[in-house]
Amino acid sequence: MSEAIVTPKKQVKERKSGPWRDGWRSFKKNKIALIGAMLVLFFVSLAIFGPLLAPQGINEQMLANKLQPPSAEHWFGTDDLGRDVYSRVILGARISLLVGFLSVIASAIVGSFLGIMAGYYGRWIDTIISRLFDILLAFPSILLAIAIVAVLGPSLQNALIAIAIINVPNFGRLIRSRVLSIKEEEYITAAKAIGMSDRRILFSHILPNAMTPIIVQGTLAIATAIIEAAALGFLGLGAQPPQPEWGKMLADARSYFITAPWTMIFPGLSIMLVVLGFNLMGDGLRDAFDPKMKN
Amino acid sequence: MKRPLIKVDNLQKHFPVHSGMLGRKTGVIKAVDGVSFEVYEGETLGIVGESGCGKSTTGRLIMRLLDYTDGSIEINGQQISKLSKQEMRVMRRDIQMVFQDPYASLNPRHTIGKILEEPLIVHGLGNAKERKVKVSEFLNIVGLSDYHSSRYPHQFSGGQRQRIGIARALMTNPKLIIADEPVSALDVSIQAQVLNLMQKLQKDLGLTYIFIAHDLGVVRHISNRVGVMYLGKMVELAVSELLYEEPLHPYTQALLASVPVPDPNFSREITLLEGDIPSASDPPSGCAFHTRCPFKMDRCVQQVPQMITVKPGHSVACHLYDRTQ
Repeated sequence: MSEAIVTPKKQVKERKSGPWRDGWRSFKKNKIALIGAMLVLFFVSLAIFGPLLAPQGINEQMLANKLQPPSAEHWFGTDDLGRDVYSRVILGARISLLVGFLSVIASAIVGSFLGIMAGYYGRWIDTIISRLFDILLAFPSILLAIAIVAVLGPSLQNALIAIAIINVPNFGRLIRSRVLSIKEEEYITAAKAIGMSDRRILFSHILPNAMTPIIVQGTLAIATAIIEAAALGFLGLGAQPPQPEWGKMLADARSYFITAPWTMIFPGLSIMLVVLGFNLMGDGLRDAFDPKMKN
Repeated sequence: MKRPLIKVDNLQKHFPVHSGMLGRKTGVIKAVDGVSFEVYEGETLGIVGESGCGKSTTGRLIMRLLDYTDGSIEINGQQISKLSKQEMRVMRRDIQMVFQDPYASLNPRHTIGKILEEPLIVHGLGNAKERKVKVSEFLNIVGLSDYHSSRYPHQFSGGQRQRIGIARALMTNPKLIIADEPVSALDVSIQAQVLNLMQKLQKDLGLTYIFIAHDLGVVRHISNRVGVMYLGKMVELAVSELLYEEPLHPYTQALLASVPVPDPNFSREITLLEGDIPSASDPPSGCAFHTRCPFKMDRCVQQVPQMITVKPGHSVACHLYDRTQ
């Protein structure tokens, strides 16, 4: 019998396979998601190489040249203080992406931790954490963000903290529900039967299996976080002048909307494109790694 | 007589039932209700019964994946309920489990190598190199090859996965393996393969098995002794040959009568059981089987039958064989 079941030692070169590799393969086939990924990549490189690309600094004022329409010299025109809009839009990419990434990473870490605790240990720990999430979710998110910034004082850093806090329950609930279903899986029972500690089960078995929705949700949350940062900036609660934050630029451009629409169009377009990029990419990642999450 | 490796005495597991908005306790499900048996070194004890009779729960209680309500479980003379968390983890080296569903019992994100190595890491056995050698040794023992260790569970068939599950259980050199329906999710042809492998391993490594199943044919093939469970109780416990040739308990008789015989001309008196298995949250009084028993007496409704040894190696819990009264 043993001869029959031993598979031949020699092997033809096989396609490597694994959960991540398979997901990546199907992501690559999704054209729209690739467009999204390229948009994201474009803005990320703007954020990294911005200072090298921008023809002028963020606050080089030439009052004589104020509110100039787009021209060969100023591609996106100039604003009310005679600053080059093109330069400011490029340099603004760094601020928006930084706020997006950092706030989402922070809320993903805190949210995952709380979600895992709630899902795995259950009982009163779950009750406390879940009610906390409910309370946070009961506020309209932008209102809560405004309240938090109002308490902490308006600045880019505090806007980032506020955005991180309002996103925590989204991650927390997601992870909690994943953990609840994963902990009933037989391989978790098997891990207990082997004699593993809770910590090992949580971090080596449950977390990796709960990971994909975090990544998918994270990508989509970056898009929302960027919009929220822009909204706070627009309200004057985020980035402070002269930082070239896109939302702040929109707010400054309000008064010149009719006479100098370029001061508003280009930052607005940037917000739209970067958010679109993250959304397309996030949808693609979801389809590739977590088909069950669709709809 | 050999030394008992496991001694289970009057084991009980009651699950509370909560209902209503406030989650008040409204009743109990007696999943296991007074089960006693011993398992001797080197033997295979089969446990059979319908779904919901508590056989899997019994296995999980011995593994201490669940805490029991009452009774005692002794492994190697040690009461497992008295062991601390740390001592229990050490004890788990000696008792391992093979699970029913080979599709669910392997972590889909870990490679086979990692799955097999983990028990060694958890119990601090060997260094990285020794662990690797042991992984490939056990892969070979269960009929797989070294290069399989870099693959993921989804790249294997059900039978292969179950062999991986068996290899995982063997990694820490356990004395006892609790196999919870290890072949019921597999095709019949693959079932034989896995059963033969388990028997070969038992002979080579001197293992003791508790083999939980609902398929009487499978249990007969592998067990030295067989226990039949009904509604959380052990109703008959006997050496395999005795149980299959001369079943005493009416329930065992009915179970055996329902096993198909590979002969189209064979006919027998049909003793089909009537009715459903009663709910474990509200078990019948007296003998739990009296609602479906063709030989029901008045006594059966009032009095719970005790396990009596009818002849050496054959005990049964049924008033029909109680000659004291």
